Amino acid sequence: MQHIDFKSKVVEMKNITKVFGNVTANDQIHLTVHKGEVHALLGENGAGKSTLMNILYGLYRPTRGEIYINGKKTDIATPNIAIQQGIGMVHQHFMLVEPFTVVENIVLGRETTNFGGVLDMKKATEDVISLSEQYGLYVDPNAKVEDITVGMQQRVEILKALYRGADILILDEPTAVLTPQEIRELIEIIRNLTKEGKTIILITHKLKEIKQVADYCTIIRRGRHIDTVDVSAVTEEELAAKMVGREVSFDIEKKEKERGKVVLQIEGLTVKDNRGIEAVKGLSLEVYEGEILGVAGIDGNGQSELIEAITGLRPIEAGRVKMNGKDITHCKPKEIIDSKISTIPEDRQKRGLVLDFSVAENMVLENYAKEPFSKKGILNHGEISQFSKELIQTFDIRPKEETLKARILSGGNQQKAIIAREITNDPDLLITAQPTRGLDIGAIEYVHRALVEQRDKNRAVLLVSLELDEIMNVSDRIAVIYEGSIVGIVDAKEADENRLGLMMAGGGAEE
Amino acid sequence: MNKRKRLLSHSFGITVISILMGFIVGAIILHRTGYNPFEAYGIMARGVFEKPKYLVQTIINSTPLILTGLSVVFAFRTGLFNIGAEGQFIIGALTAAWVGYFLKLPPVIHVVVVFFAAAIAAALWGGIAGFFKAKLGINEVITTIMLNWIAFYTQNYFVTLESFKKPDSEASYAIQNTASIVILEGWKKSQAGREWLKNHPIWRDVLKTDFNWGFLIAILIAILIWYILNKTTLGYELRAVGFNRFAAEYGGISVKKSIVASMMIAGALAGAAGALHVMGVSHKVSTLATMEGYGFDGIAVSLIAGSSPIGCILAGLLFSGLKYGGSKIQYTMNAPPEIISIIIGVIVLFIAMPRLIDAIPKAVAKIMPFVSRRRGEKHVG
Ligand SMILES: Nc1ncnc2c1ncn2[C@@H]1O[C@H](COP(=O)(O)OP(=O)(O)OP(=O)(O)O)[C@@H](O)[C@H]1O
Ligand SMILES: [Mg+2]
Repeated sequence: MQHIDFKSKVVEMKNITKVFGNVTANDQIHLTVHKGEVHALLGENGAGKSTLMNILYGLYRPTRGEIYINGKKTDIATPNIAIQQGIGMVHQHFMLVEPFTVVENIVLGRETTNFGGVLDMKKATEDVISLSEQYGLYVDPNAKVEDITVGMQQRVEILKALYRGADILILDEPTAVLTPQEIRELIEIIRNLTKEGKTIILITHKLKEIKQVADYCTIIRRGRHIDTVDVSAVTEEELAAKMVGREVSFDIEKKEKERGKVVLQIEGLTVKDNRGIEAVKGLSLEVYEGEILGVAGIDGNGQSELIEAITGLRPIEAGRVKMNGKDITHCKPKEIIDSKISTIPEDRQKRGLVLDFSVAENMVLENYAKEPFSKKGILNHGEISQFSKELIQTFDIRPKEETLKARILSGGNQQKAIIAREITNDPDLLITAQPTRGLDIGAIEYVHRALVEQRDKNRAVLLVSLELDEIMNVSDRIAVIYEGSIVGIVDAKEADENRLGLMMAGGGAEE
Repeated sequence: MNKRKRLLSHSFGITVISILMGFIVGAIILHRTGYNPFEAYGIMARGVFEKPKYLVQTIINSTPLILTGLSVVFAFRTGLFNIGAEGQFIIGALTAAWVGYFLKLPPVIHVVVVFFAAAIAAALWGGIAGFFKAKLGINEVITTIMLNWIAFYTQNYFVTLESFKKPDSEASYAIQNTASIVILEGWKKSQAGREWLKNHPIWRDVLKTDFNWGFLIAILIAILIWYILNKTTLGYELRAVGFNRFAAEYGGISVKKSIVASMMIAGALAGAAGALHVMGVSHKVSTLATMEGYGFDGIAVSLIAGSSPIGCILAGLLFSGLKYGGSKIQYTMNAPPEIISIIIGVIVLFIAMPRLIDAIPKAVAKIMPFVSRRRGEKHVG
């Protein structure tokens, strides 16, 4: 709070309304942000947070309303104008050029050249290094973006904005894709930034983070401004209630249940990552009917490779995978799907959805070739849209319009669409990777219930998540993965956060 | 969305504005080089619309363009850039000439056999590029360009073969009459036909051209392609791969198979263009000095069509009309026919760079402050 300069309003958005066709994404929203403040935006999936920020960043034109930057009325028609005004934005889904290096990405569009117009990469690299030291944003300037972790990519995005002279930094769900460790580092970075007089607008679904780092919080519900509160004066429960408009329970009910026979059996599995290094090393694991097996671990310990190997998207070097007793080790993705495995993939935009397909087309991604969605190679669009309408209704995907392209759904609603599709497949084994990433707490509650429901229907659920809370809340057993192997399995009822944390860091598997 | 994708899927409005811009820029250049643009465009328009036979000629010329345009569009829907329509056209034409000359079959059957032989040969030709892409990850742009030249020299080689080459010519023997798709070909040369045509000058004019069934077949194929893409599981798979191959793979679609299938169908379409051209217009293949350009024009047609199969019909007609009408400004007012290439180039340029069109209202707004407009927004949340 001590960094806030209450006399200077750097951003004032007044009566902002944004209408897309027949969806009102923003409805007369107000937002005032002071210099040096961390201002959180909170709201359900599809509430209109990204839209509001895209307006501030000049990507969308508001239908109505006015924007004042540093007290001056400004028409932010393009992102270039926003950048000139000192506004920078890190999007929910990154916008980096993957084969380029970190420095190349940062200077893209603002390249320093010497006399002949030749790129001066040496100078650029120095600039980037000094900038990163100033704010504690350490990156490897010469690494290619496709080779670095998501957390690092995010730092690149932040540096890119700072390099362009941003004083006001918009972070759209920056923590959704980060590990707990990376989140702590990001929070530290945010504090450094405000110390230097920068202003931060932060979108997040995690109330804990708002409590930790934000000074003020504006709550939006269905495009409307609900309240702006002083964060230190409210509890997490109060924030949640304001956001959803009802009480939310954080714990889920789970009945005692006997597990059944083995469904998925993995023996001595070895898988290489993209660089050809063994990411999964001789891993063995069993998942039973009627249980949720949580896989806890720090990001990059082979979780993604494990899932891709099981689902046939990545070659298996050694070992075998059995599903319901049938060997599926080197099977094609289609055969694996047909052996009743469904997956909620970790990267929804890369794997989970064809963004340029309609929501309806996406809903049959694994089943388009089956009746009733097609017959003898001819699609039945009527059946497909009927089916999609039902899913949209049951899973409360907004907006309720199956002909829209998946691209225009909000991040959280994209995730809901995938979950709806995979659960409706009614698999024997449901594999879920970060299923609640980017979801609001109401939706998280819903997903957790859905997972438990699958378990209660005697299905097997394999839950891979970086969120220890989530794992501990819903799992029956917890397997800890470390450097590509399972280092221990504990009963969730006896699990204790500290001990799990220790195992995840590679220590103290056995007591 | 990546650049390539944006290139081929634009709105109808952009297309119309781009075409207008093409004509405006063409007019400016004509004016600057000392020709009256109104006169030139007048001649062009009359050159296409004045007489039925001109219109017929425009339609005839559009047939191969529609099909090569479809070929590029089809591959593109699977995320592939088929620069190889040219070579596939050559293979189709060569096969058609070969099968049309050597096989002796009854009328309609011969046409069907020639057509499918050519389409299959060209499908295999296109499939080579698909195979290399799927198996070895070699970019299809490179392989299709190489295959164009291989096709080019293959045709020139075949045209030297003694049994195939017509003596004292640079071309093959003409195909059998049974393989021709020229409308009323036998009748219009018969005694009765000539008598009748003498009294019906309009029809005489029309039938003097190579009026043939090709255009109708091309339209049917365009509709078929639209249907395949939008209404079949095959189309679903190919489009899924084109939009996001990772998601397609995750959904159980074989990306490799789709790539090969898409290139084969694209090849078949360009090959069909070659076959119809041989059966309807040229009746033979000749030694090539340079590439004829049907396949390359197909790229421009597909751009104007905006990745829509039905759009290919209109774009093919437009393209053909411009070329045919444009050829007439040369001998009536001695204006350079290259102006047509410039107009087409400008149209494609504007379509490829919609931001240029964004700039137009801004420029206009400087003169008329109340004109301002903004185009469709893209979700980035
Ligand atoms: N370009 C667009 N066209 C049509 N509708 C859109 C467009 N962009 C956003 N919307 C709709 O506007 C609403 C608000 O979306 P927005 O992305 O702002 O939500 P959000 O609050 O960021 O949600 P999340 O937490 O899930 O990211 C949604 O219903 C969305 O589908
Ligand atoms: Mg959002």
